[in-house]
Order: sequence, then structure tokens, then C-alpha cells
Amino acid sequence: MPILSYLKALNRALASEMERDPAVCVFGEDIRVAVSNVTTGLVKKFGPERVVDMPISEQAFTSFATGAALAGQRPVIEFQIPSLLFLVFEQIANQAHKFSLMTGGQAKVPVTYLLPSSGSRVGWAGQHSDHPYSLFAHVGIKTVVPATPTDAYGLLVTAIRDDDPVIMFAPAGAVSRREDVDFGQLAPVPLGSGRVHRSGDDVTVVAVGHLVHEAIAVADELAGNISVEVFDPRSLYPFDWAGLTASLERTRRLVVIDDSNRTCGIGAEIIATMVEQMTLAAPPKRVTRPDGAVLPFARSLDLAVQPTRAQLRAAVEEVAK
Amino acid sequence: MSDAAALYRAVRLIRRFEERAIELVRSGVIVGGIHPYIGQEAIAVGFCAALRPGDLITSTHRGHGHVLAKGADPSRMLAELAGRSTGLNRGRGGSMHAADFSIGILGANAIVGAAGAIATGAAWAAQRAGQDKVVVTFFGDGAVSQGVLLETFNLASLWKIPVIFVCENNGFATTMRTEEAVAGSITGRAEAFGIPARTVDGMDPVTVLDAARAAVDLARSGGGPSFVECLTYRFDAHHTWEHAARPRYRTDEEVVAGSTRDPMEIQGSRLPADLRAGIDDEIEILLEEAVRFALESPEPDEHEALDYLYADGMRARAGVA
Ligand SMILES: Cc1ncc(C[n+]2csc(CCOP(=O)(O)OP(=O)(O)O)c2C)c(N)n1
Repeated sequence: MPILSYLKALNRALASEMERDPAVCVFGEDIRVAVSNVTTGLVKKFGPERVVDMPISEQAFTSFATGAALAGQRPVIEFQIPSLLFLVFEQIANQAHKFSLMTGGQAKVPVTYLLPSSGSRVGWAGQHSDHPYSLFAHVGIKTVVPATPTDAYGLLVTAIRDDDPVIMFAPAGAVSRREDVDFGQLAPVPLGSGRVHRSGDDVTVVAVGHLVHEAIAVADELAGNISVEVFDPRSLYPFDWAGLTASLERTRRLVVIDDSNRTCGIGAEIIATMVEQMTLAAPPKRVTRPDGAVLPFARSLDLAVQPTRAQLRAAVEEVAK
Repeated sequence: MSDAAALYRAVRLIRRFEERAIELVRSGVIVGGIHPYIGQEAIAVGFCAALRPGDLITSTHRGHGHVLAKGADPSRMLAELAGRSTGLNRGRGGSMHAADFSIGILGANAIVGAAGAIATGAAWAAQRAGQDKVVVTFFGDGAVSQGVLLETFNLASLWKIPVIFVCENNGFATTMRTEEAVAGSITGRAEAFGIPARTVDGMDPVTVLDAARAAVDLARSGGGPSFVECLTYRFDAHHTWEHAARPRYRTDEEVVAGSTRDPMEIQGSRLPADLRAGIDDEIEILLEEAVRFALESPEPDEHEALDYLYADGMRARAGVA
């Protein structure tokens, strides 16, 4: 079977949606040259009117996309750095997100915000290493964090077709993933549908984004000893609460691994929601970044602040006791 | 040392520092790569030569030149790039955040256009405290498309703040040409806010120094902000990832043509050959020592990854409980 890389999956999803719907256009910095490899070949195929290189004016082009969306376009914005989301938080949280309700349903804002290489890229230091997906879930922007190439493809297609703003984080720790796939089988993935990568009976591990692969590794390491179910929500908002509940009804034990800062991270929400509705057999655990984390530059320090496989394994062992 | 020799020495130091740093990126000692300043040295050197030790600067992602020109110790700078605890920022900042407050370097900044407002606030505070300090803020042509910088022009001009805006127009923002990104003119932006602005040859250290002295005199004598656009060319990559990725946005011929006027040669040719050779030798020894110092310095302890997060030493909760 042919191999699909994560970045190629994003590229394919963009190309097929642009093919399918002439309203789909892409805005971003250095996207004609495709420095992030996401938009490779698109300008050649669709022209500079639909693959629009922007000056370094994120606040302007984010709301420019909102305006274009209100007027019938379906823009996708590629941001070079996750922290640029802090710069455009007003444009997304306070403008794009609020139009539908504030206009009494007159307006739709079908914009997709795409963050290739979110989270730590090791060595890019404090202002390039954030992973603020929980912030967007908190505000109520539809938020997806695909772990695999096929999910990246399927969720990007869905995001583009969705009539609301959707934000996609493509974690730096996942973008080097490749997968054997039958291209004919690539399909949209609905928002709010989780995926069980490994089934198990003893402990449910909810893992977000690139950390799904760490969770699978831990499940493999512990196989024969502790039976771990790996639940990948794929979309954090909306969240597949029914899917997770079904898993926990069997295992009754929960560990979450989440690359957010601890306070108010999505891990907290996942645990709170589950303990509100069921009694677990052991106190649940979270593995996250520390509170208020700023990633230090030195490699060993950067790695020390990110959630690790070893921490996850210890948490699973603790919860399984 | 004469002015001419001092200017040459500073340009040469930055040039050779960058060349050594690129080698260390290639050998894996510097993680995350760098944005080389090669070709633009005259600007940092000319402006910093016009400053007093107590004056302040802010810098950018392409910041090594500014930091060295303001007087940072090359050994501690290189140790910072190598992520060592002896680095200027104790290994926490790296290439894009190098700072030395003891000599007026308020830091390089990884967000385009972000530092201008910080510089202006610092200049306002100095003015308020009755000090006759001047602040220079360096930024690229890409930054003039950032709203925050334009907002800052307004404040600086309204309150006659002693800040000097130095735009290094090297022809590109990553892959985007200045003329594709900037409507009107760069200096016209500052002029619109009543800030005197001029464009100078950014390749000749003496020309830059003259322009810098005029701007500094104006600011120090209560005349308020001014703006200097320095025309220059980036000889090397936007970032060292280009050395491998080779994105095509300018031709090799164009790079050769753009690099014919070299600040190092322009200034070097003004010195007697033996004086120049002596300076070159001295710098080789200095950098040899800097590399040795960086390589022999210890890496920070990962248990201290979040030291310095809060001013009062408050400890953040860890990512696991
Ligand atoms: C606000 C913001 N947008 C995008 C980026 C990503 N980025 C880093 S450097 C750069 C180009 C900057 O160009 P310019 O200001 O001309 O400086 P130069 O790199 O040429 O020195 C971009 C787009 C960023 N760091 N900050």
C-alpha cells in the first residue's frame, strides 16, 4: 500500500477540497514557496488568487478571512507558529466565534485555522513551543488535534466543510508520522468522534495528539501485565463523551496525557466530566505540562517540561494497582 | 582604537561569530538552528557605536549581531546558543531570546514586530525617571506590516519618546519580497505619525554610524523619536533550515549580486592591511576561546527547568502528581 505522510495528508486534503469547492482558498505566510510543506504545489494548481501569501499581518488576515467567509468564501489560514494564536485571539475568540449567535443566526464563519507543527519543536524556545488547544476548546472554537495522517486528512476535510470556525493543531511530534494507506479509503472524520487505537480492559488512557503514539507504546510495553485501552479523542471540542464513557464503563480506570499546561488544560475537563458521571475504581491521573509552562531553550530543559512516556507508564501502573 | 578600526572589528566579530555558529548548527551543538545576520552587520554595528553603555536596545529573531554589537560577551552568547548554564540567559533563551540586561540589551524577540512597543515603553520610563537614555529598536521590513508597530509609532510621536526605530530592509521577509508586502513606503509609515524618517545605505558602517548619531542626538536632546530605514541584503539563509530544505524564492545569481557590496569589505578596505590582519587574528583567538567555553560549559540541570518562571520564586505545580 502507498505511504501517506502527515504533511502530505494535509496537502492532499487541501488540494481535494480546493478542487471540490472553488470557495476554498488558503491564506498564510510563505505558503507559495510552502516552507511548511503543507501547501506544496497548490499555487501552481490553483493560482495565487486562491493561495494567497500574506504580509506579516496576522491580526488583519485573520479577520480578513472572517470577512471573506461572511461573503461566501471558505478560507483556510495557515499559521507559522502556535503563539501567533495569542496575537489573533481577539480575531478568533471575540469576532469569528461570536458572529453566528450575535447576528441571530444570519451569519456563518466557515474558516479553518491550521497550525502545522504545534507544541515543542525542541530548540525553538519560549515563544515558539506553545500548545494552546485547551484555550480554544475553552472558548468554544471547534478544536481538533489529529494524531495520524489519515485522521489529519479526514479532520481537515471536515474542518473545511464545517460552517463554523474550526482550529486544527498538527503537533510537531506527529507531523513526521507516516502510514500505509489505501488512498481510496481516505474519508472525512466527523467532529466529536474518538478513536480507540488499542482496546483494553484495565485502564483507559486518553491521549491527545502526538501523545497518542506514546500511549500506544505504553500499552505495548505493559501488554500481558496491564491491559490498556488507548482512546484518542481526535476532536477536543466537541468531545466524544459517549465514546469515552463506553470505554470507562468497562475499565473504570482513567489516565489522561495532555500537552497542555496543567491548570485548566483539557485533561482537567476530561477527568471532571467523567468523575461527575461515574464512580471510578481508582483516583484518575493526569500527565501534563506543568502549570504556566514556558519551554526553556536548552534541549534537556525543553524535554523535561513535556509529558513523557515514562510518566504515563508510571501513572498507568499507579491507577491499575 | 580608531573609529574605523572599531567599526571593522565589530563587523568582523559578528561575521565570524555567525560563521562559527553555523558550523555548530551543522554539528548539532546548536539545536533549533539560527537566523544568520551575515550581510547586515553594518546596521547593528553603526547604531550600537552611536550609543552609550547605559542606552538600551531590543532585537529580533535575527539578533546575534545586535547583541554582540551592544557588547555582549561572545563566549556567553555562544554558550547560550549551545544551551549551557553559563549562557547569557542561563540556557533558557537560546538564539531568539538572547538578552543581557546588565549592558542594556532588553532581549531578542521571536515575534515579528513585538519588540518596538517594549522598547518605546522602556524609553518612556527612562525619560520619566529623568535619565537621558536612548533606546534603539531593530526590526525587519516584515515588521512594518504588524499593527502593534504602527500603534507604537503613534505613542512614541505623541509623547516625544527617545526611541529610534531601525528598520533593516533586507529585501525579504522569509520568502516574501518587501515590495510584495509593503504598500506605500516604509518611511511613509513613520512620517504619517509625524516621526522624521530617512533611508540610508545599510551596507556601509560609516554611513549607518552618521545616521545613527543624528538620530541619537535628536532623541537625547528631547527631539523625540526618529526612524531610519537601512537598505541591506541577507547573504545567507532566512534560517539555517534553508541550508537543507533549499526553498526557491531567489536565484543564486540574485544572491551573488546582492552580496557584492559587503560591509566587511567596505570597512576593511579603509584600514591598513596589517592592522586589519591583526584584528582578524585577534577575533579568531577570541572565537576559538568562545567555542571552547561553550563546549566545556555544563548543561543546565533538568530539575531546574522552570526556575525563574516567576519573579518571586513561586514554584509551578509539576505536570504529574
Ligand atoms: C508575528 C509573527 N509572524 C510570523 C512569524 C514567523 N516569522 C519569523 S521571521 C519571519 C520573517 C521576518 O521578516 P523580517 O521582519 O523582514 O525580518 P528578517 O527575517 O528579514 O530579518 C516570519 C514570518 C513571527 N515570528 N512572528
